[in-house]
Amino acid sequence: MILTEDQVTIVVMAIIEIIKEALGNGDKVEIRGFGSFRLRTRKSRKGRNPRTGATVSVPEKQVPFFKTGKELRELVNH
Amino acid sequence: MRKADIADALVERVGISRKESRELLELILTTIKETLGKGDSVKIAEFGSFLVRKKKERRGRNMKTGLPMQIQPRKVVRFKASYQLKKAVIK
Repeated sequence: MILTEDQVTIVVMAIIEIIKEALGNGDKVEIRGFGSFRLRTRKSRKGRNPRTGATVSVPEKQVPFFKTGKELRELVNH
Repeated sequence: MRKADIADALVERVGISRKESRELLELILTTIKETLGKGDSVKIAEFGSFLVRKKKERRGRNMKTGLPMQIQPRKVVRFKASYQLKKAVIK
């Protein structure tokens, strides 16, 4: 299989789109040996508007989180 | 969602065979892993960056025995989600 750079870019973009959509649906994406992507909940907190200094309440939200897989962790820390 | 599910979704979206899809996915993941293994970071536009960070030596505790122990300096992978990815998961 010989691919041009553009074709590879299309595949990479499709992969990130697939993962993005799965996370958007609240699904977990597990890639053995690489790591897993899932959502973590950030609690609501009191923040400040940096411009006015007014106290604002930042609502609870979901953020993407990546946990490194065992194989990758060992590969990086050899 | 697991690796096989990503490969299947790729078949539908890109119009390649199942075999090609699996091979390509594997190749891309291996490339990212090897790059990180060399200590280089990997940045994927509109998705995020995989950064290799050096952790200093520190004192910790063996969780099982409760005994203090020295944790050696090490390298870890940290993923920083891009703005677009963060936006995609917020309802």
